[in-house]
Amino acid sequence: MTAVTDGIDLTGLTAGPAQTWGAIRLVPLLRPIPITELRLHARLYDPDEPSIVHTGPRTAYLSYIPHAFVATWTTDTTPVAAFGTQLRGSADTRAPAGIRLASRRRMTRREDRQRLRFLPLHLAMEGYLALQFGGPPIAWQEWTRHAVTRGLSPRVEASYTGAAIAGLDDALRVFEIHPDQCGMVLYVADALAAAFVVPHPDDYRALHPTLLQDFYGELLFHYTHLYPAVPDFTPRLDDTVITSVADLRAQLAQVAADWTAFHALMADGLLAAGRLTVTPVQRMGRFTLGPVPARLQPRSRKPHRRNHHRRGRPAGLPQNVPALGRPDPPGTLAVPTRRHRLGPRRHRHSTRHRPGRTGPTSRPRRLRPPAPPRHHRCPPHARPKTAQPSIESGAHEVNLPGSCRDFPACVGFGGCLDRRRRSAEERQGPLATRQPGGGHIGFLVARSRGRPA
Amino acid sequence: MFVNAAIAATAQREFRAGAAAQRLSLGFLHEYVLGNYRDLYAATLALDVNDLNAAMVVTNLLRTAREASDEQRAVEGRLIAARLRSLPPHRVYGVLRELRRLGINNRRTRVIVRDWVAARPDPAFDAIKYRRSLSVAARHAHLPLPGEVGTVLFDWRRPKRYETPILEAWRRAHYEQQALYELPYTVAEGLAAQHGIDRARFLSGIAPKLTDGERLRLQGSAARHRVEAVAMDLAAAPLTRLAIYALSLPRPERARRRDELTGALQAAARRAARRQAGTWGRVVAVLDDSYSAAGSGVKRRRPLAVALATYYLLEALAADFTGLWLHHRGDPLLVHPIGATGLGVRIVDALALRPDRLVIVSDGWDNDPPWQAAEVLRVWRTRLDPHQATSVVHLNPVYDADTFDVRRLAASVATVGVRDAEDAAALVELARFATGSAGFDELRRHLADRVERFLNTEEAVS
Repeated sequence: MTAVTDGIDLTGLTAGPAQTWGAIRLVPLLRPIPITELRLHARLYDPDEPSIVHTGPRTAYLSYIPHAFVATWTTDTTPVAAFGTQLRGSADTRAPAGIRLASRRRMTRREDRQRLRFLPLHLAMEGYLALQFGGPPIAWQEWTRHAVTRGLSPRVEASYTGAAIAGLDDALRVFEIHPDQCGMVLYVADALAAAFVVPHPDDYRALHPTLLQDFYGELLFHYTHLYPAVPDFTPRLDDTVITSVADLRAQLAQVAADWTAFHALMADGLLAAGRLTVTPVQRMGRFTLGPVPARLQPRSRKPHRRNHHRRGRPAGLPQNVPALGRPDPPGTLAVPTRRHRLGPRRHRHSTRHRPGRTGPTSRPRRLRPPAPPRHHRCPPHARPKTAQPSIESGAHEVNLPGSCRDFPACVGFGGCLDRRRRSAEERQGPLATRQPGGGHIGFLVARSRGRPA
Repeated sequence: MFVNAAIAATAQREFRAGAAAQRLSLGFLHEYVLGNYRDLYAATLALDVNDLNAAMVVTNLLRTAREASDEQRAVEGRLIAARLRSLPPHRVYGVLRELRRLGINNRRTRVIVRDWVAARPDPAFDAIKYRRSLSVAARHAHLPLPGEVGTVLFDWRRPKRYETPILEAWRRAHYEQQALYELPYTVAEGLAAQHGIDRARFLSGIAPKLTDGERLRLQGSAARHRVEAVAMDLAAAPLTRLAIYALSLPRPERARRRDELTGALQAAARRAARRQAGTWGRVVAVLDDSYSAAGSGVKRRRPLAVALATYYLLEALAADFTGLWLHHRGDPLLVHPIGATGLGVRIVDALALRPDRLVIVSDGWDNDPPWQAAEVLRVWRTRLDPHQATSVVHLNPVYDADTFDVRRLAASVATVGVRDAEDAAALVELARFATGSAGFDELRRHLADRVERFLNTEEAVS
């Protein structure tokens, strides 16, 4: 299903002049002829409402408020989380006060013949996890045995919503949307933070504020505090060759052309990215939904390269492919159907498809056996989105369940989560407390049962 | 230039800066100019600075009177008295409340307050409409209040009836619905709510008592409640107010009432242009209708309204006028704030027409591409028009809190702040000081001249 393609087709999109606000640089992507057959709109879920997403038989994950315990199911069959400890009389038959949990079936779901609902942030995160949390690309028996007997090590990923990035809300508010604008490339302190493209300018105007609810990496959060402002790039006209108004106009046209080329450069090869792995998720007429194309090489990155990567330079390039406006665009990546068997699956991959690529003893530096639980820090990633995520808070954590993988989806990982939260807070230091309302939302990928065979 | 700020800044939320930032920035600027150039600071009272800044200048001068010499104080006293007479009464009462808050109470201040209150045409009316403010001022400055005015402010429970008609109406309006319609609108509105009077009935009853500003403000409300009595002749309204009203209407309604609104705007513009109408030669305007012209929640579409009003004013002033919007084409009445600010290309379009004057109305955030207008104007000045056959002026309705000035387009082009488009003609004349081409001495002379004229006219009126 996964395919390798030669980059993303951006036919019809041109970059406009950037608008800056503090450390944020916003580059509009313009599309003179909009795509009218495909339209996107946001479906708003209540941001305070935790959601369960069923991704397959016996598999679900939950975006979760850490200090709630999932305790009961209401009589009207909607799940509820008890809100803290409650003292109740023995005769009290009322249901305890709780938070409603909304259940979503699958991350992408065809709701009608010509309508598809998908959770863009989750899809992107999914593709990202598949890319970053797999096993080693080599046949490595010890790792395999460990993964099969003890499970994968739990790992934590922290990210920030756009609302936590200083100045991003103002930058998006004062941004002057072009009449024919279909997309946006967002830089924080001139590090690429997000790229977001939709088919039609009306959609863009409606979805422009959702950039504020996206995932952003921790480093971007720091950058906005470290770098007060980025400079404007001011075009300089060559006045020696101008002798008439027509010359002046020619110079202005030249400047406009230069802007497009300049932004292709600034996006660090994003717009002209080379080989990408893609797996389509859904097919919608001549469009394909598939998130997060990824470059092929990121496995054995050197430390400095990894550091670079953290700044939001794309290894997993987020592009909303249906928006790119061509039939079956190549930039797609997969949400593997059996996502949570990543470890073993990798193992099978490595033994079957790439035998003997490297000796089993040569251990890559970054990927070690998971015995002591480790917390790998992962790069922030940019990501497009088209609908409201079900998570909204200062920071998110994504936990891949390792040792606690056998717990049913909703119950019982409080202890594990606490442990992870602690370690996350140790890592993050004061950052976690800096969030308004201490808003940590854990979001946990849990499989209800069944070990990888 | 302080005058730019004092004309444009209102310490309210703008598109890009919050109210707190605006207030802080403006407060600092006042302190700075007061501390370093006290004479010039006082002289700004003679210029067309807006009411908020005039009130701030008066307060600051009275607050720091101790630092002024005797001659300075004499001039300042005359300027303050003259300016207070031309300010709207609620602004002056604001100043008086502020004086009390700051604890400024000396013989000179008391005399200034006493003279101003004594010059009010009807103290009984003030005692009703500005009841709290007048009582604060009277207590603070030990004012002698005539007849029943003192009673209604400080001993209003005792009398069974008043001799003064408006005071008696105010007393009765607490018990009798009909008496309420003899009171000013702002006072009657609260009492009407107490009596539970239906809004439509209240509006039709109070219509004769409305001031012009209130009447214009209530047009939408009256149309909603189908009250005919509030209808007014739009042509009598001030130009910028009228533009704000026109832009507050939805576009289909603007299109439906095009003739009426356009006629009213043109009449108001002719009135504002007065004798200068048709004397400006060939004029081209570049008017900013980018998204930032939408202003803020408290100044809805104000920059756009200023641009629209300038359009009609220049149309009246010029013999041959062309107005170029950045995005909008066609009937200027239907203009809508949208899109980026690409001033550079439009300025080239305007300069290609070779006008005598080019007027740019924009908030100065040129971002498509950034600062291109500056480059275009620089090249125009150096290469294409070295003899300055075209005079270029940039009018900016938005105060930039970060730079303590209105945002400039280019160093070579005069930028002046603008609050109401009616003043645009005078501001364009003032623009030669904004480029820095005129020296400091010349500026002082000019200001002294303005102060002299201002005092003479004001004192002749009073």
